[in-house]
Amino acid sequence: MQLFRRLFAALTVLMMAPLAVPGFGAAFAQAPKPWEMGMQPAANEIKRRIIDLHDLVLLIITLTTIFVGVLLVIVIVRFNAKANPIPSKTSHHTGLEIAWTTIPVLLLVIMSIPSFRLIYYQDRTPNPDLTIKVIAHQWYWEYGYPDQGNFSIESRYVRDEDLKPGQLRLLDVDNQMIVPVGKNIRILTSSPEVIHSFFVPSLGVQRYAIPGRTIETWFSVDKPGVYYGQCNQICGSEHSRMPIAVHAVSDQEFKAWAEQTKKSADAGQPRLMAATDATAHEIQR
Amino acid sequence: MAATTHDHAHDHGDDHGHGHDDHHDHKPSFVARWFFSTNHKDIGTLYLIFAVVGGIVGGALSEIMRAQLQFPNNHIVESGQQWNTIITTHGLLMIFFSVMPALIGGFGNWFIPLMIGAPDMAFPRLNNISFWLLPPAFVLICIGLVMGESGSGWTLYPPLSNATYEHGMGMDCTLFALHLAGVSSLLGAMNFITTIFNMRAPGMTMHKLPLFIWASLVTAWLLVLSVPVLAGAITMLICDRNFGTAFFDPAGGGDPVLFQHLFWFFGHPEVYIMILPGFGIISHVISTFSKKPIFGYLGMVYAMVGIGVVGFVVWAHHMYLSGIDIDTRAYFMGATMVIAVPTGIKIFSWIATMWGGSIDFKTPMLWAVGFLFVFTIGGVTGVVCANAGIDEAIHNTYYVIAHFHYVLSLGAVFSIFCGVYYWIGKMSGRQYPEFWGKVHFWLFFVGVNLTFFPQHFLGLSGMPRRYPDYPDAFAGWNYVSSIGAYISGVSVLVFLYVCYRTFTSKVPVADNYWGEGATTLEWTQTSPPAFHTYTELPRIH
Repeated sequence: MQLFRRLFAALTVLMMAPLAVPGFGAAFAQAPKPWEMGMQPAANEIKRRIIDLHDLVLLIITLTTIFVGVLLVIVIVRFNAKANPIPSKTSHHTGLEIAWTTIPVLLLVIMSIPSFRLIYYQDRTPNPDLTIKVIAHQWYWEYGYPDQGNFSIESRYVRDEDLKPGQLRLLDVDNQMIVPVGKNIRILTSSPEVIHSFFVPSLGVQRYAIPGRTIETWFSVDKPGVYYGQCNQICGSEHSRMPIAVHAVSDQEFKAWAEQTKKSADAGQPRLMAATDATAHEIQR
Repeated sequence: MAATTHDHAHDHGDDHGHGHDDHHDHKPSFVARWFFSTNHKDIGTLYLIFAVVGGIVGGALSEIMRAQLQFPNNHIVESGQQWNTIITTHGLLMIFFSVMPALIGGFGNWFIPLMIGAPDMAFPRLNNISFWLLPPAFVLICIGLVMGESGSGWTLYPPLSNATYEHGMGMDCTLFALHLAGVSSLLGAMNFITTIFNMRAPGMTMHKLPLFIWASLVTAWLLVLSVPVLAGAITMLICDRNFGTAFFDPAGGGDPVLFQHLFWFFGHPEVYIMILPGFGIISHVISTFSKKPIFGYLGMVYAMVGIGVVGFVVWAHHMYLSGIDIDTRAYFMGATMVIAVPTGIKIFSWIATMWGGSIDFKTPMLWAVGFLFVFTIGGVTGVVCANAGIDEAIHNTYYVIAHFHYVLSLGAVFSIFCGVYYWIGKMSGRQYPEFWGKVHFWLFFVGVNLTFFPQHFLGLSGMPRRYPDYPDAFAGWNYVSSIGAYISGVSVLVFLYVCYRTFTSKVPVADNYWGEGATTLEWTQTSPPAFHTYTELPRIH
C-alpha cells in the first residue's frame, strides 16, 4: 500500500512538475569560456580577493621569470665561446649570494601578508544566513537545506541526448543548487562513500567531501545567475559527469522555491527528498 | 665486500689505466654479467635500459591520454574506469619506473663510485637485488593496467582505492608493485649513503664532493626517511582491502585523511627525490661547458640540504582542501613558500656559473639551459600553488598539472637527457650524433612547452584534472596541448634514433672528451671505463 501511495504521489507531482518547481528562466550564466587564459570572473568578494592576490603573485612571478630569461639571453649572447674565449674563474661573490637570498625572502613576505589574510577570510563565515549540506555521491550531488524545512534535492548531469538548446554539455544539471543572492551561505560538505570535491571556480569556493567528516566553508553570490562548477577529486568512472550548477535568485524567489520544493519533496517527487526519505535512501545504499 | 671487489680487480689489474683497451678485462659470461651482476656500471646500465622501457610505456599512455583529450566527447578510451587506470599507471610508471631508475639507479650507480674514486658500491650484491626487484614490480603494475582495476589516481586515496570501490586484484597488484619498487629504492639508498660516507678516495672531504654526489646523498636520505612511511600506508591499505582492517574506513573508526597525511609525508619528499639528482647533473654540465668552477659551491650544497629538510615539513600543502585546521594550513603555506628561497639560490648560482664563462652550446648544455628556463617556470607556478587562498581556485585543476609537469616532465626529464648526452660517450665509448641530439632537444622543447603551457590557462579557467571528457569551452587549449604531446612523442623517436646511431657509431671518444671544463674524477678514466676501475685509489689534493 505504502508503495502505491508513493507511486501515485510521485506521478501526480511528475505531471505537475513544470508548475511544482518554479522556473527561473534564462539568467546570467558564468561558465568557462573558449580560449580563456585567466581565472573566471569573480562573482563574489572571496573570488575578487583570490584574483587580486593572484594578480599580485602573477606579477611577481612573471617579473622573476622575465628576469631569469633576460639573464639567460645575456649569458648566451655575451659569454658563448666565440664572444668570450677566455673564461673567468670567479666562483664567489658574497654580496650577490646575500642579495639572491634576501630579495626572494622579501618578495615572499610581500606576497604572504595578503595571502594569510585571504585564507582566514575565506575559511568560514562568522554569521551565516543559511546552511546548505553538500553531500557528494557516486555520481551526483545532494544538496540539503536543513534550515529551510530540512529537505534535500539531488542534482545530476544532463545526458547528451537530453540537452536542450543553450544547455552546456557536462555543466548543466537537472536540479540546480538554488541560493539567495547576497546572503552568506555556509556550506557543509560530506560524502557517504568516496572523496569528491565541491568546486565552483567563479565563487572561489572549493572543499573536499570526505566520508566520515564534515567540512565547513562558505560563499555568497553578488548577482542573480547560474554559476557552474565540477567535481574536482577523482571519484570513480563517472568523475567527469557530476557538474555543479549554483543558481542565485532573489531572496523572495528563494523563499518561494524552498517552500514549494519542500512540499514537492514531502509529496515524494523523485530526486527531491524530505529529510526522512533522505535518510532511508542513505541506508538503502 | 668492498675489499673483495678490490682484490679481485687487483688480480687482473695489469690492463687498467692503459688507454681504450678494455677487452682484456675479465668480464663474466653474458648471463653471469647481466643477470647476476654486482658491477656498479653494469647495474647502472640495466637501470638506464629499464628507465627507457618504463618511460616509453608511460609515455605511450600519455599519448593515449592526449589523444582522448584532443576533442571533447571523444571515445578513444572506452570507459571512465579504463581512463582512471591509464592515468594512475602513467603517473606511477613515470615516477617509479622511469625518472627514479634513470636518475638514481642509472646515473647514481654509474657515477657515484667513479666520481668519488671508489672501485664499486659498498654493497654490490645488495645493488644487484635493488635492481632486480624492479622488473617484477613493473610486471605487477602492468597487470594492474591491463586488468583495468587500478583507477584510483597515483595518489591511491581510499576509499576509492579500497575493496568496495576498486575490488579487483589489479589494484592489489599495483600496491604490491609499489612495495617492491619501494624496497628497491630503500636498499639502493642505503647502499648510496654507505658508499658516499665510507668509500671516498683519500683526500675527498665532504666539502670537496662533486655536487652530483651531494645531490645523490640528500636524495638517498630522503628515500630512507620517506619510503617506509609510504610502505606503512600501502600496507594498511592492503590490509583494509583484504584482511578486514579499517585504518582508512570511517565505518570502522578509521580516517581517509590519515592516508593523505601518510601518503604526502612520502609524496612531497618524493618530488625532491626526483629533482635533486637532476640538480646535480645540471651543475656539472653547466660548469663543464662554461669552463668555470661552479659558482657558490657551499651555497649549492646547503641549498640542497635545506630543500631536503624543509621538504619533509610541507606535505599538507597537498591537502589544503581536506578540512585541516586553518592555522595548520597557514603554517604549511608559510613553510612551503620558504622552499622558493633555496631553489632561487640554485637557479641564480647556475646563471652566475655561466656568467663570465666561455660557453660551448653542445647538446648537453642546450638541455641544461632549457632546464633552467622550464624549471624556473615550474618553480614560480609552485609559489602560486603554495598560496592556500589561491589554491582554493586552482587545486586539482590543470594549473597543478602544468606546474608539476614543468618541474618533472620538463625539469627532471630535461636533466635526464642532459645526463645522457653528457655521459653517453663515457658510458659507451662512442660519440653521439651532435646534429640529431640538437634536433631531439628542439623538438622536445617545443613539444613539451606546447603541451603544458596552455594547461595553465585551462587550470585557471577551472578545468579539473583526471577528466576523460570536459565541457566544450575547454576544447581549444586541449587541442593545442595534444598537438604538443604528439611533437614530444616524435622527439622520443628521434632520441631512439640517436641511441641507435651512438651504439652503431665507429667514432671512439677520448677519456675526457669535454676538455678543460670537465674536472671530476670520471674523466680520468677511459671511455668506456674498465670493467673494474680504481684498482689504485686516486688522491685528491
